[in-house]
Amino acid sequence: MMDAVAAIPPFERFYAEHRHGVFGFLVRRLGRDRAEDAFQETFLRALRSYGTLAHASNLRAWVFTIAARVAVDELRRKRPPLGDGEPSFEERRPAYAELEHLADGLPPKERAAVVLRYGYDLEYAEIASALGSSEEAARQAASAGVRRLRRKGVTL
Amino acid sequence: MKVSTDLDGRFRERARAEGLLDVAYDLVDSPLGALLVATTDRGVCRIEFDPEPDRDLEPIAKQYGVKVLRAPRAVDAARRELDEYFDGRRTDFELPLDLRVEAPFRLRVMDELARVPYGQVTTYGALAARAGHPAAARAVGTFMNRNPVPIVLPCHRVVGANGSLVGYGGGLARKERLLQLEGASITLQA
Repeated sequence: MMDAVAAIPPFERFYAEHRHGVFGFLVRRLGRDRAEDAFQETFLRALRSYGTLAHASNLRAWVFTIAARVAVDELRRKRPPLGDGEPSFEERRPAYAELEHLADGLPPKERAAVVLRYGYDLEYAEIASALGSSEEAARQAASAGVRRLRRKGVTL
Repeated sequence: MKVSTDLDGRFRERARAEGLLDVAYDLVDSPLGALLVATTDRGVCRIEFDPEPDRDLEPIAKQYGVKVLRAPRAVDAARRELDEYFDGRRTDFELPLDLRVEAPFRLRVMDELARVPYGQVTTYGALAARAGHPAAARAVGTFMNRNPVPIVLPCHRVVGANGSLVGYGGGLARKERLLQLEGASITLQA
């Protein structure tokens, strides 16, 4: 039996639905000025892969994950290199690209929660906003995802 | 936090300029009310009367691809030609059209339709005959009713055998208005 799969909406509708939320998220991560470029970059990236999406579930989590990645790229690009003291915040974190790859097999919501929490270091309140769910649900999705990864032998 | 109109406009323009869209559209003002005009990189693929993007974009996305975005610059040429037409300064459209989704017979009919001169009318039967199927007047009527690019492809110039206006996808009042604008006489036969 086939699950009912929502058709991919025209990009206009997707964009209209998520632009303000994504912009607010980027302003919080990067500040107003840098958020503008990041906003364009986020939706341009989304547009580039929009035609190859297999289904329309969790488009919100999908675009917030792109926005989180754009924000990290932006922070890396703009921040002056540190001396040989403490490694920067980004450098200490697990490689987010690696994590995205590892998390690929998870259900979409858990995947987004895990990637946003452990790859991009978002607060649960932000993850909740990205998933369109409560903070508690975001926390549960992240821990369910982590448990699932552990069973596969992945440690975070 | 709201995206400013300026930022929104810059994103739409970049998406267009970088060639990322399957279809770009905008609303165009006209004496017949707002028109939704949609274009691909090949040409205009849709003109809708009484636009409701929520409803109109779905079928366009199904036929031409889901990357559909409002991007005003993309329809500048169409807007200019339509303005000139409604001002009575243009009798022929030069816009390229994208009719790749149309079946062959429909394309032949559309081709013949494009040749009906400004200010003149023809009949469904005559058009069917010129497209090679004299008996297909009824089918031609249906095609006219579902003309994807009305005004530019002048289905308003096609009338019944007795000269009656018959019908129009955008409503008979609009058909009458377009024929008046062109100064067409619609008394074909007594």
